[in-house]
Amino acid sequence: MSDHPITVTVNGVEYERQVEARKLLIHFVRDDLDLTGSHIGCDTGNCGACSMIVNGTLVKSCMMLAVQADGATVETVEGLADGEELTPLQKSFSEHHALQCGYCTPGMLMSATALLRENPSPSEDEIKKALQGNLCRCTGYWNIFEAVKAVAR
Amino acid sequence: MLLREVEYAKPASVADALGVLAQNDGARALAGGQTLINVMKARAASPDVLVDLNGLDELKGIELAGDGTLTIGAMTTYTELMASAEAKARPILGEVVSTIADVQVRNRGTIGGNVCASDPTNHLPPLMAAIGARFTIAGANGEREVGADEFFLGVYMTAVGVGELLTKITIPAGKHDGFAAVTLGVDGTCIANAAASLDGSLRIALGCVDAVPVVLEPASADEAAVREAVRGAALDPPSDVHATAEYRTHLAEVLAVRAARQAQER
Ligand SMILES: Cc1cc2nc3c(=O)[nH]c(=O)nc-3n(C[C@H](O)[C@H](O)[C@H](O)COP(=O)(O)OP(=O)(O)OC[C@H]3O[C@@H](n4cnc5c(N)ncnc54)[C@H](O)[C@@H]3O)c2cc1C
Ligand code: FES
Ligand code: FES
Repeated sequence: MSDHPITVTVNGVEYERQVEARKLLIHFVRDDLDLTGSHIGCDTGNCGACSMIVNGTLVKSCMMLAVQADGATVETVEGLADGEELTPLQKSFSEHHALQCGYCTPGMLMSATALLRENPSPSEDEIKKALQGNLCRCTGYWNIFEAVKAVAR
Repeated sequence: MLLREVEYAKPASVADALGVLAQNDGARALAGGQTLINVMKARAASPDVLVDLNGLDELKGIELAGDGTLTIGAMTTYTELMASAEAKARPILGEVVSTIADVQVRNRGTIGGNVCASDPTNHLPPLMAAIGARFTIAGANGEREVGADEFFLGVYMTAVGVGELLTKITIPAGKHDGFAAVTLGVDGTCIANAAASLDGSLRIALGCVDAVPVVLEPASADEAAVREAVRGAALDPPSDVHATAEYRTHLAEVLAVRAARQAQER
């Protein structure tokens, strides 16, 4: 089967690679680019641990092919902080104890980041609706909402 | 999950896409991928070639005609539909798609993919059947248009044949519509659902109870008439871990009443 050449900009860095059409975007980012911040939880589009922002749009990267990201700009959790300087949302997660095992956190951060970009002043209901695609097995969600609410203007 | 080997084509026009589909029986359209990629992971289907429709502007966009008719391109995502000023002409559309799954799924999932998947638990097949949607199918021999009764043929089966594409969905003017569902969690998969529309003659379409939407035309939207129509349909829905056939039959009746009431109150 033929490989496809793709050019993808991930967190500001341009990568040129050959990918098989069957490769999911999450595997390309984790295995080929060694950016292992994004997680695979369910591999069925249910848990949101693999959430990334592709061309400004929040997606589950286990539900998209890498070849479909040709020419795209991709943002993952590694791209949020500026060096050691965490984003206000990341600091808020830390301050509010919004994670326990941390498995869901990369996806939660990407979903909340996408929300706050689009709507810097979300209501509680809007925060809940925006995080519906992200499952957390540890926190009971409460502290995650608190963390997002605290940075909502 | 590693998918089975597959070829990939990203055509630049609908004509090119139809060409690739016609060349290979094992070619399959890839829309939002929010069903198809899971189906491929599960090896329930293993297409030889994926024909990616993303990038076909011809299949995007929502138009509102002077008489209130809406034409929605098959590749319009749920998120685009929710944001569209034109689509507000038929408010039920935006309301229902905003309850499909979550932001990520809505950002990629498409109107065309939802009906072409013809999953009996999907939200749009019964809605489209109730509001009198018409489906435009393009193929080597040009275009044809069919109604919901001809479009939905079975589980994962529609009137879109090998080598064909759904290009657009046309929806007549109206606003007296309702939709009710019992789901697995908020905005989850439907255990049972019902759509109703009072524009034109009253039409109720039940989802999750058969392979395709069950369309009923009760004598009136009154509760008694709606209940009688659902009972008269002698439903024989599947049982699964979420609901027995008996419970699903009960839900269908209750949800039909709720959807009809909502349609009446608008
Ligand atoms: C976690 C999760 C939860 C979900 N929950 C729901 C839910 O509650 N309700 C609901 O309705 N849906 C739900 N879905 C499914 C989702 O709405 C899908 O987006 C939809 O069923 C398929 O649309 P798609 O654009 O992703 O199509 P794809 O997955 O790309 O395609 C589906 C099928 O249709 C064919 N196809 C697509 N477009 C065309 C076209 N234009 N012409 C010809 N054939 C075409 C494809 O070849 C394929 O066979 C859920 C999905 C996920 C991942
Ligand atoms: S791993 Fe992609 S949604 Fe769970
Ligand atoms: S912190 Fe463990 S899954 Fe969310």
